[in-house]
Amino acid sequence: MSSSIALHDKTLSELAQGLEAGEYTSRELTEAFLARIERLDGELNSYITLCREDALRDADAADARRAAGNAATLTGVPMAIKDIFCTEGVRTSCGSKMLDNFVSPYDATVIEKLKAEGVVILGKTNLDEFAMGSSNENSHYGAVKNPWDLSAVPGGSSGGSAAAVAAGLAPAALGTDTGGSIRQPAAFCGITGLKPTYGRVSRYGMIAYASSLDQGGPMARSAEDCARLMNVIAGADPRDSTSVVRGVPDYVEGLDYNLKGLKIGLPKEYFGEGLSEEVEASVRAAIKVFEDAGASVQEISLPHTHLAIPTYYVIAPAEASSNLSRYDGVRFGHRCKDPQDLEDLYKRTREEGFGDEVKRRIIIGTHTLSEGFFDAYYIKAQKVRRLIRQDFLDAFDQVDVLMGPAAPTPAFDLGAHKDPLSMYLQDLYTIAINLAGIPGISVPAGLAGKRPVGLQILGPHFGEQTLLGVAHQFQQLTDWHRQRPEFGQEQA
Amino acid sequence: MQWEVVIGLEVHAQLATQSKIFSGSSTTYGAEPNTQASAVDLGLPGTLPVLNEQAVAMAVRFGLAVNAAVAGRSVFERKNYFYPDLPKGYQTSQMDQPIVGPGELEILLEDGTRKSIRIHHAHLEEDAGKSLHEDFQGMTGIDLNRAGTPLLEIVSEPDMRSAKEAVAYVKAIHAIVTYLGISDGNMAEGSLRCDVNVSVRPKGQEAFGTRAEIKNVNSFRFIERAIHFEVERQIELIEDGGKVVQETRLYDPDADETRSMRTKEEANDYRYFPCPDLLPVEVDEAYIEHLRQTLPELPAEKRARFESELGLSAYDASVLSASREMADFFEEVKDVCGDAKQAANWVQGELTGRLNKENLDINVSPVSAAQLGGLIKRIVDETINGKAAKQVFAALWDGEGESADEIIESRGLKQVTDSGAIEAVVDQVIADNPAQVTQYQEAEPDKRGKMIGFFVGQVMKASRGTANPQQVNKVLKDKLDSLS
Repeated sequence: MSSSIALHDKTLSELAQGLEAGEYTSRELTEAFLARIERLDGELNSYITLCREDALRDADAADARRAAGNAATLTGVPMAIKDIFCTEGVRTSCGSKMLDNFVSPYDATVIEKLKAEGVVILGKTNLDEFAMGSSNENSHYGAVKNPWDLSAVPGGSSGGSAAAVAAGLAPAALGTDTGGSIRQPAAFCGITGLKPTYGRVSRYGMIAYASSLDQGGPMARSAEDCARLMNVIAGADPRDSTSVVRGVPDYVEGLDYNLKGLKIGLPKEYFGEGLSEEVEASVRAAIKVFEDAGASVQEISLPHTHLAIPTYYVIAPAEASSNLSRYDGVRFGHRCKDPQDLEDLYKRTREEGFGDEVKRRIIIGTHTLSEGFFDAYYIKAQKVRRLIRQDFLDAFDQVDVLMGPAAPTPAFDLGAHKDPLSMYLQDLYTIAINLAGIPGISVPAGLAGKRPVGLQILGPHFGEQTLLGVAHQFQQLTDWHRQRPEFGQEQA
Repeated sequence: MQWEVVIGLEVHAQLATQSKIFSGSSTTYGAEPNTQASAVDLGLPGTLPVLNEQAVAMAVRFGLAVNAAVAGRSVFERKNYFYPDLPKGYQTSQMDQPIVGPGELEILLEDGTRKSIRIHHAHLEEDAGKSLHEDFQGMTGIDLNRAGTPLLEIVSEPDMRSAKEAVAYVKAIHAIVTYLGISDGNMAEGSLRCDVNVSVRPKGQEAFGTRAEIKNVNSFRFIERAIHFEVERQIELIEDGGKVVQETRLYDPDADETRSMRTKEEANDYRYFPCPDLLPVEVDEAYIEHLRQTLPELPAEKRARFESELGLSAYDASVLSASREMADFFEEVKDVCGDAKQAANWVQGELTGRLNKENLDINVSPVSAAQLGGLIKRIVDETINGKAAKQVFAALWDGEGESADEIIESRGLKQVTDSGAIEAVVDQVIADNPAQVTQYQEAEPDKRGKMIGFFVGQVMKASRGTANPQQVNKVLKDKLDSLS
C-alpha cells in the first residue's frame, strides 16, 4: 500500500491493513481524524455531534484487542454515523430541534454490530431533518456544504455523511436511503454509496421516516469498503420483523466479478428530458468502460417511472405523519414551555420542534390518510407501487443490472431550489428503487467542472453482491473514486 | 308505544400472555408505574414492534371456540390519534382484515332459555397506558406498564334485546376465555371490559334507532345498570319529542347514570392504514388444526356432560360449568369422593355459601377440592354423619388439619355404628330421663314420632355427635316401644 497517501485520503480497507501491519494505532488514527474534523468542519458543518471521548476510549480498546490477537477486519477503524441511528449515551437528534436534547438509551442494531466489530465512532453526521430532503438544507443544525464546491449542496438527506467522507473527515459513514438519500449525496460528493435491498439491513434503532421505504447502508470511498461494511451490518434481526431471514453472502468475495458477459440495461426513462448533458456524458462514458470490458448493453423500458415521484409523495408522507406522532412532548424530546393544557402542549411542542419541510409532509400524509381520501390516494399509490416494482422484475428477466445517472444534474447551488416541488424532482432516478425495494449503488463516474457525477447501478432483490462486484470492477478500471476535492488538502 | 332495545357489545379481553404483544416486557398486573415499559413500549425513536406469537395462538383458539372462521392472513393497522398515554401516537390494531371472522355464541338466560348471539369478528390490538390524575398537583402522571398489553376485541352483532341478554353474553364470553385460559377475566383489574352500544326502536320497526356507545364498563352489574339507565334515557328523550344523537358516553357507577363524552361530530378520524413495521400474520391450516386439537372442553359441552353423564339437574350443571375454576373444582371433588350429586351439593351449598360470605374466589378457597372430596368420601362411606361433616368442614376452613381423615381422627368424630355401643348409650339416656319416658309411653302412637326427637338429641349429645342417627332412631324406637 502506497504510504504516500495521507491517512485521511485512504480507504477503510487501506486503513484496516495499516492497523494490521502496525503502521499506526487506532488511537493515532482516531486522533488524526478528530483533529481534522475540529480543524475543518467549521466550514463544512458535516457533523452535529463529535464523540471525542467515546471514540478515544473505543480506539484504545480496539488497540488492546488487536494486541491480544482477536481483532476483526475493521477493528480500530474510525467512521461516522448519520445522526438518525440511535447511539447509546450520545445525542441522537435526527437533524431536528425536536430531538436536540434526546440522548438515546440504546444502540441501533447496526451500531451494536459495528461496535462488536470494534469500529470506532467519530461522531454523528448532519442530515435533513428526519431525513426529509434532497439537499441537506432542512437541518435544524444548518446546511452542510459540498467539499468539492462550498457554494454547492452535498445532497440529502445523508449529506453530512457524504461530505464528511468526501472531505476526509471520516473514511466511511452510515447513511439511510428512503428515496435516494444515500445514492444522491454519494453522487454529489463523489463517493460510493449503497442502498441495500429493503430488509437486508436492520431498521431497529434507525429513526423512522417512511418505514416501508427506509433502508440504512454504507457510504465510503470504494465499493470494496461498502462490501466490508455490509459484511458487518447485513443480516436478519429478530427485533425488526421486516428484516429478511436469508443467508448473508460474503460481499468481499463477490468483488471478484467477471464483467465479461454482464448484461446491462439502460432504462430509457432515465436518459430523457431534464438530464444534464454533463451528467449524461459521464454516465455514457462509464458504460463504455463496461462495454470495453466485455459487457453487453441494451435499452430497457421502465414504463411507470413517471409515476414514481407522485407515488412516493403519497406513501412516504402518509407513513411519516404516523411515525412522527410520537414526538408530542410527553415522554422525550422538545416540550414547549408552560403548556396551558394538553392541546396546547401538543400544538406548541410540534409547532416549535418541527421545521417547515417536516410539517409540510406531516400535513400531506395526514390528508392522504384521512377519511374520504384514503382510497383515492393511499390505496391507489400502493397499486401503482406494485406496477413500479413489476417494471423492475420484468427488466431483471432480461438483464443483470440497470445503469443510469444517480441524479439529473451535478450538485446544485445552496438555495437554488426555493420551491419544494422542483426539489422533489431531483429524486427522479432514485425514488422508484425504494418503492420497489431493490438495491442500488452510486459510484463516482466523472466530474462536471468541480462537481462530481455519479453512476447508478441497480440490481434485483438481494443482488448487492453483484452490484458491489460490478462497481468494484469499474473502480479497478477507472480512478474517479480516487479523486479528492481541494478542500482540506493543503492543510493535510 | 312499545319499545324494543337493541344492544351490541365490544368486549376487550386482556390476553394472558407472559409478555406484551409487541415487546418482551412483562404483563404482570400491579407493578410500580413504568417498571414494565421497555424502549419499545415507550415508543422511543427507532424502536420497532415484534409480534408475540402466543397472542396469535390465543386469538385463534378463541375463534375456534366460537366456531368462527380464522383468517389465514390478517393485517395489523395503525389507528392514529393523540393521547398522552398512547406512546406512539397510534394504536396498533386490526380493522380491515382481523384474525377472527364471523362466529356465534350461545347464551343461557336465568329462565333457562337459550339464544344464539352472532359474533361479527374479533381482532388483536395493543392496550394503551394509564393516565394518573391524583397525586400530581394539577398535573397528570403517565404509567405505561399496561401499554402494549395484548387485547382481543370481540365485536358482537346487535343481537341482544335486553340488559339481561347482554350480561348473559358477557358471562358467556368470560366463561370461554377463562376456559381457554387465554384471559384471567378479572374485571376489577380491567382484564375484561366492554363498550356497550345501545339503541331503541318502536316494536315492529326494522330500522335501528340511533345508538349511543357506553365506554369501558367493567362489571356485570354495571353493564346491566348502564343499559337500564341508557334505555330509559333514550325512550324518555324520544317520547318528549327529542332525538338520540350518536355519541360516546361514560357510565358513572356512583351516580348510576351515563354522561356524554363526545359526539360524532367531534369524533376522531383515526386514519387507519396497514402498519409498515409488521408483516401480515399468516396462519396455515395445519397450525389451526393443531390448536383445534388442544382446545379444552368448553362450557356448553361441559354443561351437557354434567347433565347426561353425571345426572345433575340442568340448574346444577349450568352453575357448575359457568366458570372453569368452578367446573375444575367440582370435577376434582367429584373424582375424589366418587359421588357427583354429593359433590354438587357441597360445592354449591356449604362451600359457595362460605366463599360468598367471606367474599372469596373459588381459586383461593381455603378448603381445597381434594380436602372437600376427602370429606364427602367419609360421608358416603358412612364414616361420619352429616352433623360431624359440618364440623370437619369448619375445621378444614380454619386450617386445623391437612385432611378430613386427620380431623375426624383427632376429634374422634368417627360415626359409631357398633350396635352394642349405641344400645348402651340409649339405655343410659332412657335410665336418666324417666319422666320423658313416661310421657312418651302415655302419648298417642301418632304423637310419639315427634317426641322421639328429644331422645335422639340426648343420645347424639352423649356420643358427641358420632352415633349413626339412623341407628339411634331405630334402637330408641324399639326400646321405648318394647317398654310399654
